[in-house]
Amino acid sequence: MFEFCEDPSTLETFRWFSCYLTNGVHFRFYQSFLTVLFLLAVTAPVALSFGFLGAMASRSHIPPLRWLGKIYTAMVRGVPDIAFFLFFVIALDQGLEWLKHQAVCPDWTDPIRQGANFLVCDAAKIPQNASPQWVHEAYNFAIAVFTFSIVFGAFAANVLFGAMRAVPRAQLETAEAYGMSRRQTFWRILVPQMWIYALPGLSNLWMILIKATPLLFLLGVEDIVYWARELGGSRTSAFQYPHGDWRLWYFLGLLVFYLAMTRVSEIALGRLTTRLSRGQATMAGEDQRKVAA
Amino acid sequence: MKTLILSATILAVTAGGALAQDVVRMGTEGAYPPYNFINDDGEIDGFERAVGDELCARAELTCEWVTNEWDSIIPNLTSGNYDTIIAGMSITAERDEVIDFTQNYFPPASSLFMGMDEDVDLTSVVVAAQTNTIQAGYIAESGATLLEFATPDETVAAVRNGEADAVFADGDFLLPIAAEDSDLMIIGDPVQLGGGIGLGLRETDTELRETLNVAIQSMKDDGSLNALIIEWFGEDAETF
Repeated sequence: MFEFCEDPSTLETFRWFSCYLTNGVHFRFYQSFLTVLFLLAVTAPVALSFGFLGAMASRSHIPPLRWLGKIYTAMVRGVPDIAFFLFFVIALDQGLEWLKHQAVCPDWTDPIRQGANFLVCDAAKIPQNASPQWVHEAYNFAIAVFTFSIVFGAFAANVLFGAMRAVPRAQLETAEAYGMSRRQTFWRILVPQMWIYALPGLSNLWMILIKATPLLFLLGVEDIVYWARELGGSRTSAFQYPHGDWRLWYFLGLLVFYLAMTRVSEIALGRLTTRLSRGQATMAGEDQRKVAA
Repeated sequence: MKTLILSATILAVTAGGALAQDVVRMGTEGAYPPYNFINDDGEIDGFERAVGDELCARAELTCEWVTNEWDSIIPNLTSGNYDTIIAGMSITAERDEVIDFTQNYFPPASSLFMGMDEDVDLTSVVVAAQTNTIQAGYIAESGATLLEFATPDETVAAVRNGEADAVFADGDFLLPIAAEDSDLMIIGDPVQLGGGIGLGLRETDTELRETLNVAIQSMKDDGSLNALIIEWFGEDAETF
């Protein structure tokens, strides 16, 4: 990074650290923070849409659709996150490969399961063996995002289902009195008003999602926990920057990062609550009306 | 940019098909210096990196390096996430039942105990070892209390903070650490375990095993393997 980093063993403390903290491994550590933020940025909207679909299905008048919605929320909510993560990632990966295998290698005669091995034909490997490493990493990451979304979507579905029922019945009756159809009532009256009732539940979910991101580590994605442990481990002088066991400091850094994330989220969610309370028949909405009046 | 990468991934995943099978994915742990580790530039480095690259050059294979946790390194080989294990894995009969090994590219090396106190009775104290290693298996049968950790570094940390009385691991991993830390010392006599270190492969990949066996033999014959061993493990290291 800097010219004076040629021979770190001769540097005084400040310069040593400025070289140490800007070497190649540390840049990969910093990148992993972006991975976590990216995971949050993608998972939150995807999980919310899964939740919305789940909630819509759960209150559907068509029984099979309703059962589907109920089963989805009940099943995912009832299984511990980690068990679901470990199971689903392998199942999804093998399921996709199996489907592709059926499609591209219909003439394959060997069994796919040979003892401990799960073997599909080479053309059906996802991703292809010859693909560059980043494709493999992006694929793993995409599966992780999908799994997170399924899990958090189930929780969100339950929150939104409750929020939809919390909108005052009088509002919907008025809509019906105006001659709106079921669909119109849902989209024009129910959905815009339900968010304020969903927000406490959803903001809880967001906080849990932030804290669940280290599960990426379990799924084999090199996230901040992986790098903190890797970089914090003691180094002999075979390395350019030898040091003792510094895991404590690296994990302390993660702690600060997560606390900062939580604080920023609290501020943002607080503002959102104020915004969504406007004109609502809730206590917060009523207070806003009195201040304005 | 990220969405670009993702959509490109989906394209790559769905397009698939006609790409060459010549890429061999080399799975390693990246946490066991000097065998394999992540260097200061964030790349996989070490004795096995050097050997692996040379083997691939001789066998005319395109190799790609990936890291994987030690704990799941065999399951991820059998499920096809990579094609070889080159991670200081000793050839043992138990592992040979699940996967195949090439001939060894590193002679059977001695395992050592390292601790803070020379006078401990190694058959009755708490000994740290990495999970699923031959060393862990040896301790479990020796009568000492086995304390297992996921990474090699944690086993050494356990001795430093007093959680364990000694750590049992490959001598080549422990010697540089003992040399630099005045509190730590090698205890007792070396123990010979395993049949040397070989590359692990799926049992179905017989062709790749033959190719690698030929390449390893050629490195043994012209002395280049010994040269690498001396480069990474010092003049006193055991050679072929």
